Amino acid sequence: MHPAPSVIVFTTLSGLGFGLLVFLGIGQPAVTGWGAFWFFLIAYALAVGGLAASTFHLGHPERALLAFTQWRTSWLSREGWAAVAALVVMGVYAFAAVFFGTRIMVLGWIGAGLSLATVGTTAMIYTQLKSVPRWNQVLTPLHLVSLSLAGGALMAGQITETAVLMILALMLQLGHWQVGDKRFAEAGHTIASATGLGRPGRIRAFEPPHTGSNYLLKEMVHVVGRKHSLKLRAIALGLGYVVPITLILLPGAGHLLGGLAVLSHVAGILASRWLFFAEAEHVVGLYYGARG
Amino acid sequence: MTALPKTTDRKLGLVIDLDTCVGCHACVISCKGWNTENYGAPLSDQDPYGADPVGTFLNRVHSYEITPESGPAQLVHFPKSCLHCEDAPCVTVCPTGASYKRQDDGIVLVNETSCIGCGLCAWACPYGAREMDAVAGVMKKCTLCVDRIYNKNLPEQDRQPACVRTCPSNARHFGDLGDPDSDVSRLVAERGGMDLMPEQGTRPVNKYLPPRPKQDTAPAGEVDILAPFLEPVADSPQGFLGWLDRALEKL
Repeated sequence: MHPAPSVIVFTTLSGLGFGLLVFLGIGQPAVTGWGAFWFFLIAYALAVGGLAASTFHLGHPERALLAFTQWRTSWLSREGWAAVAALVVMGVYAFAAVFFGTRIMVLGWIGAGLSLATVGTTAMIYTQLKSVPRWNQVLTPLHLVSLSLAGGALMAGQITETAVLMILALMLQLGHWQVGDKRFAEAGHTIASATGLGRPGRIRAFEPPHTGSNYLLKEMVHVVGRKHSLKLRAIALGLGYVVPITLILLPGAGHLLGGLAVLSHVAGILASRWLFFAEAEHVVGLYYGARG
Repeated sequence: MTALPKTTDRKLGLVIDLDTCVGCHACVISCKGWNTENYGAPLSDQDPYGADPVGTFLNRVHSYEITPESGPAQLVHFPKSCLHCEDAPCVTVCPTGASYKRQDDGIVLVNETSCIGCGLCAWACPYGAREMDAVAGVMKKCTLCVDRIYNKNLPEQDRQPACVRTCPSNARHFGDLGDPDSDVSRLVAERGGMDLMPEQGTRPVNKYLPPRPKQDTAPAGEVDILAPFLEPVADSPQGFLGWLDRALEKL
């Protein structure tokens, strides 16, 4: 799939933002007043920024409200509902915490649940696609949700939770790559099944339907840069998981090391998210001779 | 509504004969023409006469080379458009309800006035049947020429999809694949019509008829009446050529 920079940046940041909202909702840290103000400002900037940016790539953003209508069948519609509900509930919770110094526990827990559900629905948009076998696996939602929670814990300054969740996220990341690498072949998609021309013998794409490119090739058949995937995986693992865990576990780690840990984590997750898209092969590529 | 109908009264669709398609791309052009001039947003082109031409098409013809274990190699032209799947994944992912499958005839359509152009349906389609129009910002797909097949203003022989009507080699057939007695259903049964990527579980309505093996074109024992006329006239060369042949043999 085409790794659009805007999608990579904003799924990474909004995942982090909703992860932070989960921890603020359950009262870790149990902040009020100015402390709460800054925490919620950061969380909302990340979460809302990501959602707002995702409407820019729409062909008709002025019709975006229609996307709330199909929640019965569409994960994208459900994501919209979950995100708006989470932001509204957490908004009320944040307002009370910042201006009245009271934390309405029930709202916080509901808001945390909705924030988690938002990340889950986002993950399901990718997971549901049978046409992209690498994404169509159980580990995709687990990978994205664990990553959001680990990043949220890191942003919330919760050392123990961060360490545990970060190691869990690291293992799920490795698992997602491991399983994902085999998914396409396991699903049994070949040029023979795509064209039905398998039985007579060997088959090869002889000529594409057009001399130039097209929407399908630009959007779904991304081939450039996959050769660097092993290096990028090492970078994603190092910066995204290993460095942040090491930094926060250093004795006497303060805001400076914490900030460095967050920056390193974001950089690593950007690499991971780039791979999430760039390595995901859409089965339509078979018609154009991808994978032989 | 993006919930799929449990069953449809009819299953209108295409049967594409890979044995007779000659790869002329006439169906591509007639499709582009009809669907630009009639229902819905026109199929736009970007930089059509420049260095990097790109455009929206609802039907595209691929070509594949098959090298069998025995027998001659074959070139197969492969037209591909929306298969109007019974379990269409493009419909259920749509957040706005713009994509839908019709209860009465099974045609999968896009309501262009409520499409937000998110592109998720094109991702969900394994066949690459949907393309976002760069000018209109809405998703375009084959409508099975819904504005032709029911159009009482057209002469009756024109009430079929533009691609079918224009095909010079009769490689495209239109009909109700839900009716086992229809011409298209009988064709599928006789020729072993197949689904594309059946492992995706989309249950396509459109079927493809496989190319016939080339060595089967002449039934065994049939006498070729022209063959005697094509026999070599002279088995052994005479005169100067005969002397040259013999001289060269001796060298």
